[in-house]
Amino acid sequence: MAERVRLITGNHIIAEAALAAGCTFFGGYPITPSSEIAESLSRKLPEIGGYFIQMEDELASLAACIGASLVGHKVMTATSGPGYSLMQEHIGFAAMGEVPVVVVNVMRGGPSTGLPTKTSQGDLYQAKYGTHGDAPAIAFVPATVREAFDATVKAFNFAETFRTPVSILADEVLGHMIEAVEMPEPGSYEVVERIKPEDFSTYSHYDHATAQIGKPLANYGDGARFHVTGLTHDETGFPTNDPELIAKCHNRLLDKVTENADKLFWRETDGIENAEIAFVAVGTASRAARVVINRLRSEGRSVGLYRPITLWPFPADDLKNSISAAKTVVVPEMNAGQLVEEVRKYAAPATRIVQVNRFDGELITPDEIYASLKAALEEV
Amino acid sequence: MTEPADGEKINAASTADELYDCYLRKTSKFPHVWCSGCGIGIVLGSLIRSIEHIGLKKDDVLVVSGIGCSSRLPGYVDFNTLHTTHGRALAFGTGAKFGRPALNVIAVMGDGDALAIGGNHFIHSCRRNIDITAVVINNFNYGMTGGQNSPTTPEGSILTTAPYGNIENPFDTCDLALGSGATFVARSTVYHVAELKEYITLGIRNPGFSVVEVYAPCYTGYGRRNEAKTPTGMIAQLGKDAVPFKKTLLNRRKPPGSLEGGKFHIGIFRDERKNEFCNSYAELVKKRKKDMENPISS
Repeated sequence: MAERVRLITGNHIIAEAALAAGCTFFGGYPITPSSEIAESLSRKLPEIGGYFIQMEDELASLAACIGASLVGHKVMTATSGPGYSLMQEHIGFAAMGEVPVVVVNVMRGGPSTGLPTKTSQGDLYQAKYGTHGDAPAIAFVPATVREAFDATVKAFNFAETFRTPVSILADEVLGHMIEAVEMPEPGSYEVVERIKPEDFSTYSHYDHATAQIGKPLANYGDGARFHVTGLTHDETGFPTNDPELIAKCHNRLLDKVTENADKLFWRETDGIENAEIAFVAVGTASRAARVVINRLRSEGRSVGLYRPITLWPFPADDLKNSISAAKTVVVPEMNAGQLVEEVRKYAAPATRIVQVNRFDGELITPDEIYASLKAALEEV
Repeated sequence: MTEPADGEKINAASTADELYDCYLRKTSKFPHVWCSGCGIGIVLGSLIRSIEHIGLKKDDVLVVSGIGCSSRLPGYVDFNTLHTTHGRALAFGTGAKFGRPALNVIAVMGDGDALAIGGNHFIHSCRRNIDITAVVINNFNYGMTGGQNSPTTPEGSILTTAPYGNIENPFDTCDLALGSGATFVARSTVYHVAELKEYITLGIRNPGFSVVEVYAPCYTGYGRRNEAKTPTGMIAQLGKDAVPFKKTLLNRRKPPGSLEGGKFHIGIFRDERKNEFCNSYAELVKKRKKDMENPISS
């Protein structure tokens, strides 16, 4: 067992997890603080007969991944804020064309070029609303290096079953932080293989009648000769302007995710039932929150943590129930206030919401969260 | 390209009806979106004649496109087809080709698509010399959006976003391809369909990145604003203005604007071989695996 314990960074474990999940194709473009993922896979993919290509920009990176996914590969790209912005057009394309892809965003400070080497949680909303139109969104926010492994494997599994892009929102601290991890044994986690159609001659890439997931996916070159387009299309994949067919196409894409949200549900709670003070946090910010929670508990307070790991689709009902008894909800995050807006939507009207925001490139600290909470409690 | 076994014509067809039955999708895709007098249908015809001539299996062909009039072509043809985002056909095609080198990948693009928004992918595909055939249908304007000026619009032309005449210098598609490292580069027009079929065929057969530029009329967006009387007249004019290119030491190819009286060169400007991306990668994988098996020698 001991030989499976490794000192490894978040970025490197994401690369390892991608291979464990069956990734055979990576297309990327260098960007801090995500480049170690590409570097790692540029060494490893050729060794297993996989494919690594450095493209000319981030648009091309995700485009190449989509092309490779359609010929049968499990694919991934990795980037950071500015690159994630450029990829948004193709995140929408993959959603519209129902193509499995995994996109890792190791978040850094923004807007624009912002803070290439410093941390942030500024892209929580970009992961949901970044691409134009009403596109479905699936995104995971891991908090530890070990959890980044699970999030990556799940991202591949869900990309395959939902046939849609899945984002992993790591951040600079998680990406570069070294933790001692007992690497999971192959077989100890689920890996979903792509389901091939039984008969290529009758294969239809689209079925707008249902929100069903886990449908087969043919590869270009195997005999199905199907059409994929970014245009709103009928079930043959051909563009349509018929309002009824348009609605069917769009509803299928969104319903796939909303009607199967229970399968994506993944969160951690700690003493949240009946807690007077509830912390809601994601990713590395939740680790600072934990320190505060322990401190408050030692002071005899009733405190709990609610931590979505699947951020999108947002666990609205579960959060609502979990924090219904809380008088105070604390939302620490490394941005100007994004997660807190979701919490406001689902918190009871009388709840006192304390938002603690830091977006100067530094990891949010337990002391500042503690101080903000104390100040808010004293105001009453 | 991937040669079919023994040069066998797997989809043997010859008449127009047989070509239609074999290569076009029947499921209510017609009438097509193109205007009367458009040149894109002629390119479609030449493309499927080339594929039929080589004898490629339909399952082994991927036609990828971007956005614009020409990029609607894949929807009508019975191959693996991928209609992508504006300018990005080659980036999608690169992933598909790299991930499955046995596929014959043909990218169909317009001038704005390939050279403005897609210019970066165009030059890098040339540089990488990945075995894709790019058919650039150059109609000198953005037709689908209503006749705006494009990177190939001749100086002085009237367009909907150049109402006082285009003041910009145009790209020469073939110059760009030659300068960027493409290994097969040719230009034809929709008037010269025999040459067009030949160039697309040679492009597909070239185991590297091939660019076939096709001058095509867009009467709706370009011609009627610029003294063309009829769509057919525009095609006839291409026949008159094209000067066959003969490669000699003294006769270096000149870009379109430098020939007198609006004349331009057509022909094969480059046909040579150099390391192709997918092959180079396969070699790299082979070498790495060998080194791993013999760690001492590595």
